[in-house]
Amino acid sequence: MAEREAAHVPSLSIIATKGTMDWAYPPFILASTAGALGWDVSVFFTFYGLELLKKDLHLEISPLGNPSMPMKMPFGPQWLKDINWNVPNAVMAGIPGFEKVATGLMRQTVKNKGVASIDELRSACLEADAKLYACQMTVDLFGYSQDEFIPEIAGWIGAASFLPQAQKSDVCLFI
Amino acid sequence: MSTNATQTLDARGMNCPLPILRTKKALTDLAKGETLAITATDPGSLKDMQAFCKQTGHELVSSSEHRGEFEFLIRKS
Repeated sequence: MAEREAAHVPSLSIIATKGTMDWAYPPFILASTAGALGWDVSVFFTFYGLELLKKDLHLEISPLGNPSMPMKMPFGPQWLKDINWNVPNAVMAGIPGFEKVATGLMRQTVKNKGVASIDELRSACLEADAKLYACQMTVDLFGYSQDEFIPEIAGWIGAASFLPQAQKSDVCLFI
Repeated sequence: MSTNATQTLDARGMNCPLPILRTKKALTDLAKGETLAITATDPGSLKDMQAFCKQTGHELVSSSEHRGEFEFLIRKS
C-alpha cells in the first residue's frame, strides 16, 4: 500500500478563467510549484484566462470592483509606503487612466518584493512540462487567431476533452 | 553558507515560489548524492523546503535561520 502510494505521481488540473495580472498569479504559481514537486500538471485556459497564453502579455489590474485591493505606494519613505490610499470605487471609476497607474504601481510592488513576473512563472510551468490547454470555443468567440498565442500550447480543446482529464486528477481547481 | 556543498544557490530576495523553482532547477544539474546549499530570505521557505524534500524524496540534511536568512542543505536522491 505504502509502496503504491510512493509510486503514484500526483496530478493537478486547473481551470484558469481570469485575464488580469492579479488573477494570473494563482494558476501559474500553483502550476509551476506542482511541476517543481514532480506532479503532472494541466491547465485549461478559458474565457479571459486565454489572455494568459498570449505571446505578448499585456496584463493589467483593475481596482474597480475590488475594494479589497490595498493601494500602497511602492516608492518613497516608509511612512508613505505604509499609507493605504483607500480611494472609493465610485471615485476611481471617474479618473481616466486609473487602471494604468494601478498596474504600474502593482508591477513595481511585485519587483520590490522579489515576486516572480507572470512571464517567468509561465516559463517555469513549461519547463516543468505542464500541459497548457487553450479553449477552442473562446478563440472562436473572441475572434482570436492561433498565432497570437505561444507555440507551446498543448492543445486547442473543449470542455469535453478537459473534463475526463480533470476527473482523473488528484487536485482540481477552478480559478 | 556551508562551503563544502557541491553547489550553492543564492535565493535571497526571492519570494514564493521562486526559491523552490530555482532549487528544483539547480538539483537537476547535480548527480545523485551531491549536495546543494541554499540561502533564502523568504520566511515561507522554511516550511516550503521541508515539503519540497518530503514530496520529491531529496534529503533535507539541515535547515537553519540566522539573522533573517535561512540556510538549507539538500542532498539529491
